[in-house]
Amino acid sequence: MVVILDRVSFRINGTPILTDVSAVVPTGAVTGLLGPNGAGKSTLLRLIAGLETPDAGGVELDGSHVSRARTPGVRAGGVPGLSRRETARRVALLEQNAAPSVDLTVREVVLLGRIPHRSRVLGSFGGDDDHRAAEESLEMVGGSDLADRAWHTLSGGEQQRAQIARALAQRPSLLLLDEPNNHLDVSAQLGLLGQVRGLCAGAGAGTGVGPVASPGDGPGEGDGPGDGDGAALTAIMALHDLNLAAAFCDQILLLHHGRLVAAGTPDEVLRPATIAEVYGVDCDVIPHPRGGHPVIVFSPAAPVPTFPPTLEPEVTQHGRGSA
Amino acid sequence: MELQQAERTATQTRRGAGRARYLAWLALSMLALVLAAGVAVTIGPAEVSLTDVARSLAGHLGLPGAAEVAPLTDSIVWQLRLPRVLTAAAVGAGLALSGAVMQSVTRNPLADPYLLGLSSGASLGAVCVIILGVAVALPAAAFLGALTALVATLSIARVGGTITPGRAVLSGLAIAQLGGAGTAFIIFWAAKGDSYREILNWLLGSLAGSSWSSVVISGTALIVVGAGIVLSATRLDAFTFGDTAAASLGINVNRTRWMLLGAVALLTGAMVAVSGAIGFVGLILPHLVRGLSGPGHRRLLPLTVVLGALFLIVADTLARTAFDPRELPVGIITALIGVPVFIVLIKSRKAAAWS
Repeated sequence: MVVILDRVSFRINGTPILTDVSAVVPTGAVTGLLGPNGAGKSTLLRLIAGLETPDAGGVELDGSHVSRARTPGVRAGGVPGLSRRETARRVALLEQNAAPSVDLTVREVVLLGRIPHRSRVLGSFGGDDDHRAAEESLEMVGGSDLADRAWHTLSGGEQQRAQIARALAQRPSLLLLDEPNNHLDVSAQLGLLGQVRGLCAGAGAGTGVGPVASPGDGPGEGDGPGDGDGAALTAIMALHDLNLAAAFCDQILLLHHGRLVAAGTPDEVLRPATIAEVYGVDCDVIPHPRGGHPVIVFSPAAPVPTFPPTLEPEVTQHGRGSA
Repeated sequence: MELQQAERTATQTRRGAGRARYLAWLALSMLALVLAAGVAVTIGPAEVSLTDVARSLAGHLGLPGAAEVAPLTDSIVWQLRLPRVLTAAAVGAGLALSGAVMQSVTRNPLADPYLLGLSSGASLGAVCVIILGVAVALPAAAFLGALTALVATLSIARVGGTITPGRAVLSGLAIAQLGGAGTAFIIFWAAKGDSYREILNWLLGSLAGSSWSSVVISGTALIVVGAGIVLSATRLDAFTFGDTAAASLGINVNRTRWMLLGAVALLTGAMVAVSGAIGFVGLILPHLVRGLSGPGHRRLLPLTVVLGALFLIVADTLARTAFDPRELPVGIITALIGVPVFIVLIKSRKAAAWS
């Protein structure tokens, strides 16, 4: 699914959260959404999922508007719009730290993903197709053995896997993940991102911007079984860890104070100067010894820089206050 | 491949077993409900047998097999006990269903149908009639009071923008306090003689005043509003992981929450109007039923309706016979049964689920 962000702006009570964000996410690509806390990553994901309406601009999914600014009096013509349900059949969102209000089994959690596909009224009586789709989704994340486990007995990594299976049960073409690595240990983080990578690659990527990080670099679980429907899965995920983004993403969108400050391959975006400017930290970027993708090595904050900070690329020393 | 196939068949069998178990529970509960209703009608100071009940029913409904029943027995069955048992069934079902919806919509296991101040509003309406002698039918006054309380609660909750579950609960608390203060003031100021007992009876919840008109009020509300709620089972499921998850599953979160809260208010208002504020049914029953049906609303709601009805029939029969000839408000019995059940429930749950 091609996602087009067209000059998206969004405010809450007059405070700008996102300003003029434009970007294109190609089908089958894994896109990392980076930026410091409060940069607008979650809000952008919510706008793409159609949960918020932008104040200006719009979001287009494969030529259909999912959300766009309301222009009073103008019945927007041309591009067809998607209803909530239609959007929910195309886009699945994984929130940060979602927890159920009652104790469910994994199967029940995954079945929630079938809700957008159920008939509105008679859907309240259930059907068998739902179960097959749910089981397939669990299989895709290698979680068939979790089906009858209670949610509260799962580890953090298993909960995220169940959540991804729930998202896949929606049969989406676009997967949005909001900091999916929160509270996961290293191996669970790598496993999860490898899984996302595999799901997108398995659907036959190739249109990705710059095939930098080949899926082979991802440790374990790389070979996703692919989507049964043949529709390519595209993923956008908000991440905090720059190195994971560099290892697993085809392209990166870097947000700062609600503006898109850089976009491109990890090599293009993750430069010391850019990172210093956005995050205010000092770092070096070196090639990964095995994969060749960029690795960011942070240096502890220098006490007080004795030289004027510069912003030129490829300079490896940056004062803390340079942004 | 074969192994996978075998595994799949195994899970299908397990799933089939789960469904069979649920359907068995549902069928069993319905049977128990019908039986309990029949038996409840026979219990009381005057001797009535199950055959008398069946004959009287057949006679009034014009069914074949109607035979002569003594006129006194017939009127005890048809005029006194049957309306009371049917009202108990409808009120129990309605309150349990309302409680289940409230707990899901607010994502709060302690929610009950009176969370939004409905019962205090209804009580205020009732004391106005019982003590101040306002010339309105008691159910109408109670219903109006409940609706006024709901509107007040939601208006307060709305002050900060959209209605969130937390804000709704806090506003409900405020309105409940206000209504309680108003009720206490009127009782303190104006109640004399026997009206104390009457109002206490009403405040604790009692089905003693049930008549065919209470059956019609509570039954209609249950059938019309209850059906709408049961058909929203899927929407309620979508709220399991919160508002954002519901929205990303294609649910219009605000509209759905408004509609469900409105439906619960109507249903609860109608129930409170005929019986007063009977406590604990709406809180306990949904938790109890979840243990049998699982948390999915497509199974939870129907079973909640049936078991809610059964529970209140049993509780009310106890209320009117256990301390014969003295009759207790049924609210006392539901609390007496409810509290120990609640403690057992809390103990048996994994702490994580309710923390």
